[in-house]
Amino acid sequence: MSSANRIGFVLLLTPLVLWLGLLIIIPHIDMFLVSIRERVGRGVYETSAAQYLTFINEPLYIWTFVRTAVMSVLATALTLLIAFPVSYYIAKMARGRLQQVLFMLCLIPFYVSELVRTFGWMILLRETGLVSNLLQWAGLADQPVEMLYNDAAIMIGLVYTSMLFMVVPLVTTLESLDDSVVEAGYDLGGNGLSVLREIVIPHAMPGIVAGCIVVFMLSLGNYLTPTMLGGKDSLWFTEMIYNQFIVRFNWELGAAFGFMLLLLSSLIVWGVLKLTGRTLQETLG
Amino acid sequence: MTPDLDCLDLTRRFGDHTAVDHVNFSVAPGTFFSILGPSGCGKTTIMRMIAGFLEPSSGDIRIRGASVLDTPPNKRPVNMVFQHLALFPMMSIAENIGYGLRRRGMAKAEIARKVDEALERIGLPGIGNRKVTELSGGQKQRVAIARCMVLEPDVLLLDEPLGALDLKLREHMKVELKALQAAFDTTFVYITHDQSEALVMSDQIAVMNNGRFEQVGTGQDLYYRPETPFVAGFIGEANRWRGRVERTEGDELRLRTESGLEMRGAAHGRALQAGDRVEVFVRPESIRIAGDAAALAGFDNVLEGAVSNILFNGAASRALVTDDAGEEIEVTLPQSGEFSDLKRGDRVHVGWSGAQGNAFAVTA
Repeated sequence: MSSANRIGFVLLLTPLVLWLGLLIIIPHIDMFLVSIRERVGRGVYETSAAQYLTFINEPLYIWTFVRTAVMSVLATALTLLIAFPVSYYIAKMARGRLQQVLFMLCLIPFYVSELVRTFGWMILLRETGLVSNLLQWAGLADQPVEMLYNDAAIMIGLVYTSMLFMVVPLVTTLESLDDSVVEAGYDLGGNGLSVLREIVIPHAMPGIVAGCIVVFMLSLGNYLTPTMLGGKDSLWFTEMIYNQFIVRFNWELGAAFGFMLLLLSSLIVWGVLKLTGRTLQETLG
Repeated sequence: MTPDLDCLDLTRRFGDHTAVDHVNFSVAPGTFFSILGPSGCGKTTIMRMIAGFLEPSSGDIRIRGASVLDTPPNKRPVNMVFQHLALFPMMSIAENIGYGLRRRGMAKAEIARKVDEALERIGLPGIGNRKVTELSGGQKQRVAIARCMVLEPDVLLLDEPLGALDLKLREHMKVELKALQAAFDTTFVYITHDQSEALVMSDQIAVMNNGRFEQVGTGQDLYYRPETPFVAGFIGEANRWRGRVERTEGDELRLRTESGLEMRGAAHGRALQAGDRVEVFVRPESIRIAGDAAALAGFDNVLEGAVSNILFNGAASRALVTDDAGEEIEVTLPQSGEFSDLKRGDRVHVGWSGAQGNAFAVTA
């Protein structure tokens, strides 16, 4: 490498190294150190696994942890189920202008902040909200219906928030599927279901895996949606981390929680990649 | 014998545009049938209608005598080799070839046996476990054909499958496709815009233009006895002049071109009278070139002119000769060596027999 090349290389790499170092690696190392200490007296700390033991021995923590994971997986699956036909329509069936318009329609909600979007759902779903009023007006309910502060409301919010992150990778991979490959599938005797199973889905697999990983991470780490739509009893793990740090000032336990969440998401992503026989490298292109 | 494929009054309109306009043809069993035409002439539309991906606006398609209009593409006894082959990149070669058999619910062992047999037949035994991307262009071609042929279709449709190959391989695949067709003894319907592909491989060729068939016949028919000016101009090369008939003597014509050149031509059975406006086609390879007029005594059209350009192209080299009236004539150079030192500006004589001057009435 010539010296000019080397300078260019270093210059290009610097922002990345700074970003990774200052915002990800150093804070995580620090967090890890915080998570493995225990306060034994005023300003006196000892290294111990006490925080992790607290986590394991408290059923509510474990329950919330598992619940968050299961709900996130469910939200990811639901998002995929809804986004796949939408993406297929945008990528393969819509043509020209319609295609662009539909894609924009998926994008436009994201021009508004997540907070405002979630408020939108609250306006629709709350006791005095639009849906409740509509049901009463239609005679389907004789008193105001509360649709907020339950798991279904959380799920709606999570799926809605994640939709775009599933649609984009899916549209991209489906667009690269040659129409004639699909036609060949029919020509050689396949029906809609077998063409979908043997040709379309295998082709879209990189997009499906990439979309699922992103949506899963976003759901798992989402704080706003579960808190606002699920209420204070929503039992979301990020909420617990927030409580330990901000409400209880128990940074040690909060850090341990944070590390458990990191471990969980890494484990599940690794599992999904193993299951689909892909490497992270392939999936991220 | 019932034809394998019958198209009756087949028509397809897209809005105001008629892509396929009352086309009729039938293909006898075991025939290599080509549809040849420039891009946009409607040949791909015909093929997609036969395969079932497009519905005809009117008319009927019959395979072995039975109409298939109400049969969806996955149930028709026809299979298609796509322009870019459309092999399934997510499957191995064996899975690609076995795809159609799996869809028919055949037993696994039976599929494996048939796939091996097909690979043997296309001369690529033992590549079943490879990926599609590991094959060369010619091998992919053969796999695409095998993938259809294991299903034993009544008719195999091929949509310009050689288009993506380089020249040498294309020449080779022409011979190979013809051999494969003979080996499988199946009716092939082949679509191309490349006349050499059609001429080399086909038993029957339909020349298509603007949604209609201009002429259907063997390669020799189309080359030697074109029935329409489009066919005369499209198949092979031709010098083309516009002019007027001055006199008719039976089938022979006396013509004068717009630039005043006088020549003899032939009507070949078409009704032409003195005064008719005509277009005359003379193939460069049917014109003889000579250094002196005496060598051309047998020809009834003889001209003198100067070589204005030489188009060297190996065996198909030509000379452009400009006669004294300013008319440019393309002449194929014989490769016997006597004209190897011909250069621009040389005086030469050219001659051709009147029967080679194919004249057609100008309708517009």
